Amino acid sequence: MSSSTLEKAAPTLDPAPEDYRRRAGLTVDEVQTPRFLPALGRVLRGSAAILAFAALWEVAPRIGLVDAVFLPPLSTSLGALADLVSSGQLTEHLQASLTRALVGLSIALATAIPLGALIGRSASVARFLNPVLELFRNTAALALLPVFVLILGIGETSKIALVVYACFFPVLLSTITGVRTVDPLLLKSARSLGLRPLQLFTKVTLPAAVPTIFTGVRMAGAASILVLVAAEMVGARAGLGYLVTAAQQNFQIPAMYAGIITIALVGLAINAVLLLAERRLSRWRPTS
Amino acid sequence: MTAALDLEAVRKDFVVRDNGRSARFTAVQDLDLSVPDGQFLAVVGPSGCGKSTLLDLVAGLTTPTSGRILLHGEPVTGPATDRAVVFQQYALLPWRTARKNVELGLESVGVPRKQRARLADEHLDLVGLTGFADRYPHELSGGMKQRVAIARALAVDPRVLLMDEPFAALDAQTRESLQDELLRIWRATGKTVVFITHGIDEAVYLGQRVAVMSPRPGRISDLIDIDLDPVPGEDVRSDPAFGRLRHRVWSSLQQIEDRSETEVAHV
Ligand SMILES: Nc1ncnc2c1ncn2[C@@H]1O[C@H](COP(=O)(O)OP(=O)(O)OP(=O)(O)O)[C@@H](O)[C@H]1O
Ligand SMILES: [Mg+2]
Repeated sequence: MSSSTLEKAAPTLDPAPEDYRRRAGLTVDEVQTPRFLPALGRVLRGSAAILAFAALWEVAPRIGLVDAVFLPPLSTSLGALADLVSSGQLTEHLQASLTRALVGLSIALATAIPLGALIGRSASVARFLNPVLELFRNTAALALLPVFVLILGIGETSKIALVVYACFFPVLLSTITGVRTVDPLLLKSARSLGLRPLQLFTKVTLPAAVPTIFTGVRMAGAASILVLVAAEMVGARAGLGYLVTAAQQNFQIPAMYAGIITIALVGLAINAVLLLAERRLSRWRPTS
Repeated sequence: MTAALDLEAVRKDFVVRDNGRSARFTAVQDLDLSVPDGQFLAVVGPSGCGKSTLLDLVAGLTTPTSGRILLHGEPVTGPATDRAVVFQQYALLPWRTARKNVELGLESVGVPRKQRARLADEHLDLVGLTGFADRYPHELSGGMKQRVAIARALAVDPRVLLMDEPFAALDAQTRESLQDELLRIWRATGKTVVFITHGIDEAVYLGQRVAVMSPRPGRISDLIDIDLDPVPGEDVRSDPAFGRLRHRVWSSLQQIEDRSETEVAHV
């Protein structure tokens, strides 16, 4: 760490090009070696908290700290999870939920990004629409569930529509912001190189907006699971939300917790996939 | 010699807000300038006198309110690759490598992929960045970024290279080495260069001719020919003739300043 700080503090003369290579080579070496240890430390610290939580869950019901009927030990819940997996039930519910979430998220992305890009191109249109978009975004999607059910019935359509609604606005608003905050100098210099409006958009505006768009996409990913599980709890015959409520109503408490654990893992997985995608798309950014 | 660039009675007004009301502001007016083909013209002038406005007009990024701008006899109608601009703040796309940045202008004119990469590497070589084609801008120093920007401008093979204080953000040593590189490239390519700067030394060192601009509204108030013949291996800056020309440009700028001071005194 301290050595790289020293590197930066050194006076920045402008050496001949041959020196650039040597200097740049040096920097690469110095950055890569010390990175491993902190990463390992982070993993250990991160999993330590998880392990402590798991131990607490396991022990608390066993020593009578909480009622083991309402909160069975972790091992019992994991046993129920294993049963659900082997009986094929979990796959069925997981598939139902993931399909709805991914279809909804995809529809939202495919519509919100182009629309946001279009709105963002005009300052006056963006200013005009912003209040109503903020209103829609801040209207809790679940409050609209009865409306969706009323209009679309209780089948797949209303659940997917609800996911689309929940995902649409964060992506739309972040796309508008991303497109509107592109450095004007980048656009000016690209224009001076003869790029036409469509080329400017695909080669400058859109790539520059990707990081901002992605904050919205990650919010959408989290929202998709949230609203979907809630919708499945209200009216469904399959899905993780249904699994949890059905298990609770049949007093299969370990199975209920197994469902909750699965939902948590799905949420983590979606976030991880989106983070990975974001990192792939912004490899050019300085890692600080 | 045919003129590469002709500005005839160019005027540029901007609409500005003045006490909440919109008003007209004349940035440049009655601007006449003719730059012979292959000339290196340096432009100096006080801050806000309209140098960048002039450059934007020639680049086709803005249109004159009145007057004509001709490039090799043809009116300028918008940006095109017959002119290329190098900005002070580099303006590289941070998500593109050096090579891909240089390719940007080539993409706009539809050069095939393979040829683009070859041209980009050639121009990176030209500016002394061999082996840095796959670096991202944040992995390059300021001087190297400006070299990439110069390579990007040259890659489209413009007839006129427009530079707006390209070395102002660099430290003295980097600036000097880039000045020499630029002269070398200019001699090798024979391009017409319009080079805006705040530095009198830089203007006299680089330019074959120095245009002095005066403000409110901006126009060319003086043109000074730089007739130095550098002796190889000697620093032309220590030549007494360099000092005289330097003083000549300085006096011209001083006159402008005195004039604007008396203007202020009269208000
Ligand atoms: N888009 C614009 N809208 C309104 N006024 C502008 C605009 N661009 C420039 N101006 C005005 O025109 C004048 C000339 O500006 P310009 O940027 O050309 O100056 P400059 O000579 O490049 O100054 P500097 O040396 O500080 O870069 C200034 O008074 C500036 O305020
Ligand atoms: Mg300027």
